[in-house]
Amino acid sequence: MKPSIVISVFLRDFRKQKKRMTLTILAIAWGTISIMLLLAFGEGLKTQMFRNQRGLGEDIVILWGGQTTIPFQGLGRGRRIRFTEEDVDYLKMKMPELKNVGGEYTRWGVTIRYGEKVFSEHLAGVYPCFEEIRTHYPQAGGRFINDLDMQEKRRVVFLGDKIKEKLFGPEDAVGKQVLINSVPFTVIGVMIEKLQMSMYSGPDEQKAVIPATTFAALFGHRYLNLMIYQPKDPEATKALEKRVFEVMGARHKFDPKDKQALYVWDVAENAKELKNIMFGLQLFLGLIGGMSLLIAGVGVANIMYVSIKERTREIGIKMAIGAKRRYILSQFLIEALTITFAGGSLGMSLSYILTEGFKRIPIESDVLSFMGRPTVSLDIGIIVILVLGLLGFLSGIFPAMRAASVNPVDSLRYE
Amino acid sequence: MIDMKFVRKKYTTGKIEFEALKGIDLTVGKNEFISVMGPSGSGKSTLMNIMGCLDIPSSGEYLLEGINVRTLSANQLAEVRNQKVGFVFQSFNLLPYATAFENVEIPLLFAGVKARQRRDRVMNLLAQVGLAEKVGNKPTEMSGGEMQRVAIARALANKPNLILADEPTGNLDSKSGGEIINIFRQLWQEGHTIIIITHDQNVAKQTLRTIRLKDGTIDNNGNGSAPL
Repeated sequence: MKPSIVISVFLRDFRKQKKRMTLTILAIAWGTISIMLLLAFGEGLKTQMFRNQRGLGEDIVILWGGQTTIPFQGLGRGRRIRFTEEDVDYLKMKMPELKNVGGEYTRWGVTIRYGEKVFSEHLAGVYPCFEEIRTHYPQAGGRFINDLDMQEKRRVVFLGDKIKEKLFGPEDAVGKQVLINSVPFTVIGVMIEKLQMSMYSGPDEQKAVIPATTFAALFGHRYLNLMIYQPKDPEATKALEKRVFEVMGARHKFDPKDKQALYVWDVAENAKELKNIMFGLQLFLGLIGGMSLLIAGVGVANIMYVSIKERTREIGIKMAIGAKRRYILSQFLIEALTITFAGGSLGMSLSYILTEGFKRIPIESDVLSFMGRPTVSLDIGIIVILVLGLLGFLSGIFPAMRAASVNPVDSLRYE
Repeated sequence: MIDMKFVRKKYTTGKIEFEALKGIDLTVGKNEFISVMGPSGSGKSTLMNIMGCLDIPSSGEYLLEGINVRTLSANQLAEVRNQKVGFVFQSFNLLPYATAFENVEIPLLFAGVKARQRRDRVMNLLAQVGLAEKVGNKPTEMSGGEMQRVAIARALANKPNLILADEPTGNLDSKSGGEIINIFRQLWQEGHTIIIITHDQNVAKQTLRTIRLKDGTIDNNGNGSAPL
């Protein structure tokens, strides 16, 4: 069959049942828009969630000291486990599977002064690897704390972008002196603005950080508040956890099976869970959208049944002059697919225009920074096209099978 | 060409059974020119449907060019209709949205003939029935006689030996009807087997043999006896 005949048959049908055809095409377009927008919404949310989570750090595990609950080697339960800087070195030495190990001291209510401005802030003493594992990336012109700062206990400070804003305003901060509890520190860098949803002691943008060694010397802290490690293989966090309990248990004399001895926040594992949750959510959203598309599919099947009824005689003529069943079948199948894809492409273009348009509207809001913006990705496009194809096929195949099974004698007599 | 042995055809509508053909024995040789007559309900159309492989007999045997039709699948029947039989109907049965050219082209499309050959064949056929000028016209832009000539061209597309015509002049004025019968006569002279179902004595007179049906049986198979 020539494509031109298929098209002319389609156009003739279209003219004949203009209203019904238009409504069906609109229904398909509407279904496509709903499935696409829901998926786009899910995609935006997913992207935003991952971006937010990356603010804390990727593939890391955070470790706090706990209390023993199992007696071990003659020692009773209820002992506190606390980390020192030596634990950081020990863990690094014992476990070559770890790419980075660091520790953090924290203190609230530390006065930071620049000129006339004085604020009571959150100060942390950290390791140089925090730049990478806790995403403390410096803005251009600055740097993060390095190994030399650690060794020489330098009085240098790295500021979160919000705290820099409060102290300096638009003024350049790097190289300036601030007073931390009346001790002068040199600002060496300011953090790049980042999104951060997960946190354990306030957002990083509100913190000032100094080398851990300097912190210990300045405030006389002996114990780290927490330790952070990052395995070389991000998939291995779950397996390494047991090993960490063994290593630390041997050093601090607690039973490696004592789950209360250390508190573990496996951020990498959380990310995996989040990924699964987001996948489930997207599947759910896709199903809702799919439902409304399904209803539109029923419309296509309906219009096909009507069209076949009206063309019974034409089918009979074609059979009389030698059309095989598969020809009749494919003719109506192509027609159903044409209707579906006409509606589908209309819906897809509208969805694309809507989401792209929404992206361009400059709205700043907390809701948006949490939800992200609906995004149409290539994957979504492919999924929707596949769903449309399946739908067109399903809504076309049954009417088409009916058409192909008519008796030529009866259909020639049909008026 | 056609060999029928005790062909019966039963239709069942709900609980009512109706026997349209009650045992037909018929032989048609190559290059015959036949008319089939009989009152309404005598089974003329059923006979034609079976001859043209649109329908299969309920019992009995039908051989078309030596092929036993009852053993064929739906697809094989479609192929036989496409290759061995040409139909001409009373109401022309052209596709209303297609031009004369496209209507004649369709059987060739089904047969898988290549575009260039299709084009040549269609142009030849339309010239043969005197419609070379009307290639691009749609059925609504043609007269009844012209439509029937397009239908004849379509029936001839795949060079079938057998042409079956069901009341081909029934919807035409006598002048156009006469022209159509002349075309059939010409096709017969070229070697086709022509079977025309008709009510019209004048049409029947032009053929060489008239088969008369009555109540689903052959009243007179026209062999040896001159038409009335």
